[in-house]
Amino acid sequence: MSVALDITLCALVLGVGWATVAGHGVFRAVIFFITYGLLLAIVWARLGAYDVALAEAAISAGLTGVLLLAAHGRLRRLNASQEVPLHLNLPAAVVAVGIAAGLGWAWFALPAPTAPDLSQALPQSGVGNPVTAVLLNFRAWDTLLESVILLAALLGLWMLARDHAWDKPLGLPYHARPGGVLASFGRVLPPIGLIFGVYLVWAGADTTGGAFQGGTVLAAVCLVTIMAGVLHAPRVEQAAWRAALVLGPGVFVLSGIAGAVFAQGFLALPPALAKPAIVTIEAALTVSIAVTLVLLVIGPPDEGEQDA
Amino acid sequence: MADLATYLLTGLGLVFFIAGTVGLVRFPDQFSRLHALTKGDNLGLGFIALGVAFQAESWAQLAMLALIWVLALLAAGTVAQLVARAALTEQDKP
Repeated sequence: MSVALDITLCALVLGVGWATVAGHGVFRAVIFFITYGLLLAIVWARLGAYDVALAEAAISAGLTGVLLLAAHGRLRRLNASQEVPLHLNLPAAVVAVGIAAGLGWAWFALPAPTAPDLSQALPQSGVGNPVTAVLLNFRAWDTLLESVILLAALLGLWMLARDHAWDKPLGLPYHARPGGVLASFGRVLPPIGLIFGVYLVWAGADTTGGAFQGGTVLAAVCLVTIMAGVLHAPRVEQAAWRAALVLGPGVFVLSGIAGAVFAQGFLALPPALAKPAIVTIEAALTVSIAVTLVLLVIGPPDEGEQDA
Repeated sequence: MADLATYLLTGLGLVFFIAGTVGLVRFPDQFSRLHALTKGDNLGLGFIALGVAFQAESWAQLAMLALIWVLALLAAGTVAQLVARAALTEQDKP
């Protein structure tokens, strides 16, 4: 019975993946991509990787979906072509097939890695969730650089702003009828979403969850309130929002330097202090991730007049 | 007894899902398609949640199932309204 389910899931993932790439219009491709993300999340859950499943559903299907839909909306307003050219892009196909073949060869040629036994190191990490232990203690480098990459992506996006729009609110203005369906949704959802987002971060120390998943949920809540017209979109110059952007990477780097001075090395956490340090870093990271994702989705400062 | 209720209710939920999907594919215009989709899915999810509830081991699990259903209802209802409104304005435009 479960084998049949797995085979169906695999077929669905492959079929929807193919439909995403081979579709005719941009909108179709976006919708298939979101479906693809949700199916992948189910696959991860079937494999028992609940942390990855949550991240896949929240970031890949949810947030990236909103990003792509917003991009599609902008394209449509500019009257850009919605047709995806159907002819084969030969250089891209050669590169893609080459990479796939190389990865396939490596999969069979390389010896299976012997993962270090986490169960012995886990008690020293300060947390009970092995994923969080790896992300914030054993391989903190990767996570630190990831948080900086998010920030760099946002700076790259802001570079697209026109000079005279720099002090305008971020993104295009959103309209919602006061007292309408979207406006009430923007008031009903946030309390539940806030609790769930903070819970995901807090629970991430010992069970499924973490800064990225929780941050994405908080970002989604913030986006809904902005789109519903309950909150105003921030401006680039507002110091509090900028501080929120650098809080996570800042706290992370400072704790890394503290590790270099007082412990064995950069980003090293002494076992006695590991738990409070990880919770502090995760809390700061969550704020930065949430704010960065919100600002990435609503886009660069824009007066929005040329679209009218 | 609990297993039988689960089979019956989740089966009923699946019927609603299938009916909603058939409506989505077969109905002629956007509004009736939307109606089929949201009504079928909301009832389908409700019956599946109710069916799974018979397997719950604690009140907390029951509460979570109920919360999932209520949140899905809220989201589906809101999105259906917004899609319908967008379709209406699109209709009036040309």
